[in-house]
Amino acid sequence: MSVTPSPNPLSPKELVDEYFIENRTKLLEIAAFLDRVDRADASYAGRDFRLKAFAEALAGLGRKASRVDYIQQLLSDPREVPLDALDRKSALGAYDRWSGEARR
Amino acid sequence: MKYIDHHAHMVSRTTDDYQHMSLSGCVAVTEPAFWAGWDRSHADGFEDYFRQLTDFEPKRAALYHIQHYAWMAMNPKEADDRVLSREVLGRIPKFLDRPTVLGIGEIGLNRVTRNEIETYTEQIELAIAHKQMILIHTPHLEDKLKGTRISVDVLRGFPTLEPSRVLVDHAEEHTLGMILEHGYWAGLTLYPQTKVSPQRAADIVERFGPDRICIAGACDWGPSDSLAVPRFIMEMRRRKHAEALIHRLVFENPVEFLSQSARFRIRPDHERQEVGSR
Repeated sequence: MSVTPSPNPLSPKELVDEYFIENRTKLLEIAAFLDRVDRADASYAGRDFRLKAFAEALAGLGRKASRVDYIQQLLSDPREVPLDALDRKSALGAYDRWSGEARR
Repeated sequence: MKYIDHHAHMVSRTTDDYQHMSLSGCVAVTEPAFWAGWDRSHADGFEDYFRQLTDFEPKRAALYHIQHYAWMAMNPKEADDRVLSREVLGRIPKFLDRPTVLGIGEIGLNRVTRNEIETYTEQIELAIAHKQMILIHTPHLEDKLKGTRISVDVLRGFPTLEPSRVLVDHAEEHTLGMILEHGYWAGLTLYPQTKVSPQRAADIVERFGPDRICIAGACDWGPSDSLAVPRFIMEMRRRKHAEALIHRLVFENPVEFLSQSARFRIRPDHERQEVGSR
């Protein structure tokens, strides 16, 4: 597929000047959320599939490029077959790769 | 800047939202039939909802000088119920002749079950039989990748279906490519949490360009922002993108896609005001 991108007109410095503070805020929100869970139960993060996926996603931020694509794939159900029956109405935000169902 | 919100569930919204949208440049919305947040018990409930979309809502929108169009469908969240789905599908054709109906939508998958795929397939067949355009919902969060793949695969099983008459909505970074690759239009719906933000939508446009992409605010009953499209416009301006590029994304592209229906026509400002003042 050929695409014609529409590059961002801002320079790297202008991008950082414009976006640093709001993303600093988001970073601290994530840190505060993880601390909050730990204060409730320091061992819980290792048992909840959503937080396990979250931790892997945070590690993915260290990549050099394509971070969004990587995290989107990481949080997605990788299977290609449909469900035989409806299990619940809503998605949960991360695919449970650690459950017995996923390993089947 | 004038804009069109091609995916706006206005039945969830107060007249204040219409007023704010009109004040911020909205000239038209198109409203796909969707899940009300709870399951309806009978097809009669859907029929009343379809009347609301085609009779009442266009009049309410006109009071604020906004043109209102609609799409008819059995939504993905209730589509696993095959008995109810068949009943609802049987009632849709009589609404397809209404003057503000643009096609079949939003159809698609939710948890990606076999029943949902059957209902989705039958609605594509219905659209083809009645020569209707199609608007497709793609699933949420972790289900989006798998659901979009299967939705596109099913579409490709209909060789007579013109891809340019289909918009696959709720695209994100990991699904946009497969939608555009096969010739379909793609929608970026802006949500505060569950889909793309105005910032990420602008990033996506920077990566993929503006061809066959439309931007919407959803106006959902859940967390959503009726002014999301103006916020996208602000985000693009913040980055110093050309006004022509922004106008193409929020006005010219939806006009190009939606005008494939003979019913869709953006009226001049004075005509919209005349309708609204009646």
